[in-house]
Amino acid sequence: MNDFAIEVSGLKKSYRNQRALNHLDLRVPAGSIFGFLGRNGAGKTTTIKILMGMLRADGGTARIFGMDIGDPRLCMEARSRIGFVTEDKDLFPYMTVEQMIRFTRPFFPRWRDDLESRYLKIFDLPPKRKISDLSKGMRSKLMLLIAVCHGAELLILDEPTDGLDPAATEEVLRELVAIAASQQTTIFFSSHQLTEVEQIADSICIVDKGRAIVTGVLDDLKARYQRLQVVLENESAVPARWVEGVDHVRREGRTLSILASGNISAIVGQIESLPGATFERFPVGLKEIFLENVRSDENALV
Amino acid sequence: MILRLNQSSGIPLYLQLMEQVKHAVETGALQSGDQLPTMRKLAEDLVMNPNTVARAYRELEHEGIVELKHGSGAFICESTARKSKVTKKAQAVVQSAVERLVASGLSGDEIRRLVENELALLRDEGKLQGSGS
Repeated sequence: MNDFAIEVSGLKKSYRNQRALNHLDLRVPAGSIFGFLGRNGAGKTTTIKILMGMLRADGGTARIFGMDIGDPRLCMEARSRIGFVTEDKDLFPYMTVEQMIRFTRPFFPRWRDDLESRYLKIFDLPPKRKISDLSKGMRSKLMLLIAVCHGAELLILDEPTDGLDPAATEEVLRELVAIAASQQTTIFFSSHQLTEVEQIADSICIVDKGRAIVTGVLDDLKARYQRLQVVLENESAVPARWVEGVDHVRREGRTLSILASGNISAIVGQIESLPGATFERFPVGLKEIFLENVRSDENALV
Repeated sequence: MILRLNQSSGIPLYLQLMEQVKHAVETGALQSGDQLPTMRKLAEDLVMNPNTVARAYRELEHEGIVELKHGSGAFICESTARKSKVTKKAQAVVQSAVERLVASGLSGDEIRRLVENELALLRDEGKLQGSGS
């Protein structure tokens, strides 16, 4: 039994002279719903393609259920345990829903008939309709159905709700939660929709410029991160060095806004040592954590 | 029991869930012996992570609010009846303190912030559990 469904360490990949992954580290606990976040071009799809054996890394290692995917034989074995939904939803447009499912089944010896009929009903997919005539949302659902039905222990989903309306998104999220709860499946999904990640993920990784910059259990990150809003009495009184845990400091006139990623009591101590300073504390959501970490730092003092 | 979570508030979801169950116990919406929804049902109803629901239930068990019975789910503990008496007494203490603060000219927001800062400091020193939201 592996504690981690996916373990990536020091992964490197460049396209010509463009660096896509720069020592990426990633650990996805087995049984988690893991949100893989980043801006466009941050390295999400490259990482997923390497995990699926569709691209070779220039350096570092990637393991799925402990199997090194750099080894072609182990990679094949790992792939048989993964369900995959790509960004471009590559299905055969000339087939009907029913034909697509019948075509896919024989590749997977552990195909689940029970789940197939369940999800055909839940997702309300018309079996006789051609894939080219399906809406974007229905195509996502069909891919998800195929990924789930082949009995995968790990679902790798690249932007699974991309292009879906809010109602269809909620439906897909609800099913992902149900799959995680009932099949003990690990779900690894990339997204730049912070709200959906915040809604269903228990662990996250924020990737930027090919590196993991924030990673951990989402509720623990929320407990650690705080914003401190400081009002100074004297405009010049700012410490030259902040204690550890201060990630970003912004200043506007007499106000300092500090984003802290932990060590709060020491930071509070430092603020209280400033003459006449008063402060307030606010909880910080994923959106703020994300934006503060991936934004280009023009006003930042730290 | 109607639960509502605010995903983007920055307050950990498992703490929000715990607070709402506790609040339901304090108001009497949940009483000792009542059964909570199964973790799986709650996760699906609220469209939230099953591991997060499990964490909230485990913490509630740890605090003596619910009892987890293997296979049959989570139940509100007998001891919570006592707790709601403590809450009633606390209310009297808070009432007189707030009245004094209002009389000294502080606004509602100012009082709320003062209380929240005190709670946050206690929490950092490890003398307080819960979100304090």
